[in-house]
Amino acid sequence: MAVLFEKTKYLTDKQFHYCPGCNHGIIHRLVAEVIDEMNLDGKVIGVAPVGCSVFAYDYFNCDMYEAAHGRAPAVATGIKRAAKDRLVFTYQGDGDLASIGTAEIVHAAHRGEKICTIFVNNAIYGMTGGQMAPTTLIGQKATTCPAGRSEEWSGLPIKMSEMLAAVPSSYYIERVAVNTTANINKAKKAIAKAFKYQMEGKGFCMIEVLSTCPTNWGMSPVEAMKWLEENMIPYYPLGVYKDKGAE
Amino acid sequence: MALTLMKGSEAIAEAAIRAGARYFFGYPITPQTEIPEYMSARMPEVDGCFLQAESEVAAINMVYGAAGTGARVITSSSSPGVSLKQEGISYCAGAMVPAVIINVMRGGPGLGNIQASQGDYFQGVKGGGNGDYHLLTFAPASVQEAIDLMMIAYDKAEKYRIPVLFLADGIIAQMMEPVELPEMVDYKIDPEQKPWACTGWKPGDDPAKRGIINSIYIDTESLAVHNDELQAMYKEVVANEQMWEEFNCENADYIITAFGTVARIAKSAITELKAQGINVGLVRPITVWPFPYDAIRKVVDQPSVKAVLDVELNEGQMLEDVKLAINGTKEVDFFGHCGSQMPTTAEIVTKILSMKEGK
Repeated sequence: MAVLFEKTKYLTDKQFHYCPGCNHGIIHRLVAEVIDEMNLDGKVIGVAPVGCSVFAYDYFNCDMYEAAHGRAPAVATGIKRAAKDRLVFTYQGDGDLASIGTAEIVHAAHRGEKICTIFVNNAIYGMTGGQMAPTTLIGQKATTCPAGRSEEWSGLPIKMSEMLAAVPSSYYIERVAVNTTANINKAKKAIAKAFKYQMEGKGFCMIEVLSTCPTNWGMSPVEAMKWLEENMIPYYPLGVYKDKGAE
Repeated sequence: MALTLMKGSEAIAEAAIRAGARYFFGYPITPQTEIPEYMSARMPEVDGCFLQAESEVAAINMVYGAAGTGARVITSSSSPGVSLKQEGISYCAGAMVPAVIINVMRGGPGLGNIQASQGDYFQGVKGGGNGDYHLLTFAPASVQEAIDLMMIAYDKAEKYRIPVLFLADGIIAQMMEPVELPEMVDYKIDPEQKPWACTGWKPGDDPAKRGIINSIYIDTESLAVHNDELQAMYKEVVANEQMWEEFNCENADYIITAFGTVARIAKSAITELKAQGINVGLVRPITVWPFPYDAIRKVVDQPSVKAVLDVELNEGQMLEDVKLAINGTKEVDFFGHCGSQMPTTAEIVTKILSMKEGK
């Protein structure tokens, strides 16, 4: 019997702890499939963040670290400097990367570290139960902005891809989403390009993946996908923000 | 072997390289900036890596990353910078990542000053970061001793999987002394020796051997098991790794306790007091964690000993451990300065004389 499809060997058999409708499962699989297709056995080290994907070390089937909140790019820097031939990636959420870890991500990009960051932006703190993030949209309700985020009080949501594309040494920055089949395919291609650039010795790459959080947004998974399309994508436009390899 | 005149900070850096360190991550801060400066020139000569991080927070996390691959890694800073490193130090301790951290102590709290201090004793030996952990903590009293301790630091760190802290006052880093440098150690990462490290596991290999550098144990049972393992390791360190120096202790009338540079000044005071017919001894902890409680207790228990004087360049931090060691059996007095005014030989002599006169 012909095998038409099988689970990638770069995911363990551990059952995900993610909520129903969460996009982490899709994104994990894309990352794992790309690694699998690159034939890098024994040469992959991932770094999990603090946030919903704190247990990513239990899911990605390779050498893994669990970093302090926001520090994954610094940890990945240490790993890559010591193990230059490895594919080193961080997997971080928006509380981790866009709030407490801004110094680490900006300076990893600034140094042109040869690492890749998968930045999952769902506009909220998931793990701690739905607090406002720097990426929370204007008017979006969260447990620490129950009346909805106001520009007057909290400023406008931060745009990390645009910001990091402006850092001179960043190499490849793209924002994708996983809300449709077409977008999932584009997301996988972006991750594959970033990983390929790293193994060619190019500089810092980040793929921002817009993601839903049905639980903390208070929506069904289907409503959440619609909300992402109607609210997140207009504010966080998809596309390539920087690609030195294409220049 | 020929002696070389070297500044403490540069000697510490060179010793680390000779002990096999090939990765340095740090951030400039007085009075230890000569360490990163030296490393920036020296590391490329040995195919190593010097990286100036954006902050001390990032630097210690780079240490966590590099050391998790099995490499020998070092970072250095001074008091306010070491405060910033505490988060990462706690993670290294929790994940049992061996590494070497240098604290060239300056005056505090806050920005304090840039002169020598011993004000970070509590921070170094009583925690510093969150959770139940310890660091194997060396307090060198000379440049040569700092070198010698560095040559055993990585072996100890790797044997127990414990981070090692050098608690050195600013004098140790800033003074020049004639030293003998050891031979270069030929260190190579051996996955057999470091089965916990991320050295190239692949799918299909034994899942139990996958490298996972981690300090989270989310359910109470597994965290309890992990902490029991840590505590068992700390017990072994306490049993095997205490180091101290005794000077003129036999049948002494008074015992001085001091660490680092202050202990050398205390020795001068002891020599002067001897000339006046007063017999004073010194116990100098070289490891301040594990603390040599039993050694101090044994010396102080001598019937000849009337009282103990603890001298520090702070307001009395090690004093608490000295009191725990003696446990109320003899009187313990304290002399010290904060604000980085080094206690002088004359001050220590005067203090002992006043104790003798019962003042």
